[in-house]
Amino acid sequence: MRDWRFTVRQLVKNPLSLLGIIIIFIFIGIAIFAPLIAPTPERYEDRPYMIPRDGYWAAPQPPDEDHPFGTTMGQYDIFYGVIWGTRSAFRVGLVVIGVVLLIGIALGSLAGYFGGIIDEIIMRITDIFLAFPALILAMAIVAALGPSLKTVMIALAVVSWPSYARLIRGDILQVREEDYIEASRGLGASSGRVILRHALPNAIYPTLIMASLDIGAIVLAAAALSFLGLGAPEGYADWGQLTSFARNWIVGPPGNPLKYWYAVTIPGLFILFFVLGWNLLGDAFRDIFDPRLARR
Amino acid sequence: MQLRAYIVRRLLLLIPVLFGVTLFIFGITMLFSPTARAMLFIRDPKQLANIPALIELYGLDQPFVVQYGNWIGQVFQGNLGYSKIVSMPVGDAIVNFLPATLELAIFATPLIILAGILLGTTAAAHKDKPLDHGTRVVAILGWSLPTFWLGLMLIMIFYGFITGFLPPGRLSVQMDLLVSAAPFVRYTRINTIDAILNLNGPVLLDALRHLVLPVITLSVVNVAFIMRLMRSSMLESLGKGYILTARAKGLSERVVNKHARRNALIPVITVSGYLFAALANGVVITETIFNYKGLSWWAWQSAINLDIPAILGFAMFNAFLFVLVNLVVDILYTRVDPRVRLGEAVQ
Repeated sequence: MRDWRFTVRQLVKNPLSLLGIIIIFIFIGIAIFAPLIAPTPERYEDRPYMIPRDGYWAAPQPPDEDHPFGTTMGQYDIFYGVIWGTRSAFRVGLVVIGVVLLIGIALGSLAGYFGGIIDEIIMRITDIFLAFPALILAMAIVAALGPSLKTVMIALAVVSWPSYARLIRGDILQVREEDYIEASRGLGASSGRVILRHALPNAIYPTLIMASLDIGAIVLAAAALSFLGLGAPEGYADWGQLTSFARNWIVGPPGNPLKYWYAVTIPGLFILFFVLGWNLLGDAFRDIFDPRLARR
Repeated sequence: MQLRAYIVRRLLLLIPVLFGVTLFIFGITMLFSPTARAMLFIRDPKQLANIPALIELYGLDQPFVVQYGNWIGQVFQGNLGYSKIVSMPVGDAIVNFLPATLELAIFATPLIILAGILLGTTAAAHKDKPLDHGTRVVAILGWSLPTFWLGLMLIMIFYGFITGFLPPGRLSVQMDLLVSAAPFVRYTRINTIDAILNLNGPVLLDALRHLVLPVITLSVVNVAFIMRLMRSSMLESLGKGYILTARAKGLSERVVNKHARRNALIPVITVSGYLFAALANGVVITETIFNYKGLSWWAWQSAINLDIPAILGFAMFNAFLFVLVNLVVDILYTRVDPRVRLGEAVQ
């Protein structure tokens, strides 16, 4: 195990990763305090994740005191949407990463530890998945299962596990021949025990941390699916959907082409900063864990 | 291993991959009830009564294996099915939409690779100096950008704010009519190349104007990726013994960088295979936003309209390309790094 205090010191010392940490904490704060920042109107109390709408007029309306970020197409309140959308983003990111890591660890360690025919089968299956652009495969899965936030999560998990399984297999392969594995096997430990108690803890921490920082990428992919009309139901607080609402209102009327700038800019900035926070942190970790570059 | 034997072996690997991809997607479509799938064949509520007959006719209630077998049988006869949303056979649709996507790739790929290598090398040469930090920030910002949002913002600025400057689509209406009329010969259906072959300046200019924004949208994320990879790879190779030797001999920094770059390129070539997959993903969003009617636009349309033969055909075509690209990458690899032999594991 690496020296944790060293790692943390490196992260805080680096202004970029510090910025990343701050951004992530701000978003965690927004997610936790969403009901206080954007209180749910009474008539929406039973469905807080649905964005309140103020009429049915199509054209977005500019910010005013009732709607600090304005309203988007269909008079959905953008402020409420982006604040509660933070919760949706965390939910999608955490669930997908959790599921993907479980599958990845299970199959990756089986393949890496036992090798042979098991390895061959699992790796050929990952080949099949990797031979196909993830977004398109996810699109097909969501389309087939019916668009909803749940199917988006299923689709993203289905398309993402193979690369994690491969990474973890590689990690396991590296430690498999170590003396301490040999020793515990020699002492009669079962395969399950060797994998869980000895191989995994020594092999996967870097992979685990890097993977958890992929939350940004997962949220980005989910937003893309929502944007393509294959995500949350209409009116659900979701950044991708808010962006797609703005799609027909990118260019304003002649003479005032930037009239609806807020409708597309604001939800997009929320996605950008969320992903940026995780990527800043991820980039710093990559340098720390890269044995060829570390501590030079 | 002999080059030819190696290629044959790799192409044989295509069979299980194609089999797996189609089995998987076919399996997903089978989640629908036979009635739902029969509905795809009718266009008019009056035909609702025909549904049982359609299920019977196409064997939609047969066991999975039988239906899959029927489909594979058709594929072996060269029949990929009929894409309902564009009203043409799937094979024709691929031929029809491929040139547009190829055109995007022709412009984006060299841009991504050259810009990525150049920026990455520069950043490494100035490690921990302001230039390095600057490019790093730009790179991280670049791959955090939601592609769809970047595209929309570009349209807002370059089509809205600077009114009509860089429009979406593939060609403006007049030019589209011009290229489909008699004197203009469509050699490749790739607009820019056809325009050059026809010596038609206005069409070329119009096509380029429509290409600028999609190409930028497609490139930004991937430039950031290649650049970071090139930087760390370059740093690694600058730390090697032969660089120390070169420096000790008093070679100039430019020559030293050249030595290091050649070796630093190896991992970059590896990811060119990755680049293909990344482009294939990015192109879906790009073509959708810019209403640029290429292969991925068609795939998106068929995904949201459940055009099953189209999805399957597209899936097979893509898997085929992917395997092919990776094969080329592996062969290139041996040219750059003579230590690598075909058919052996690459560390």
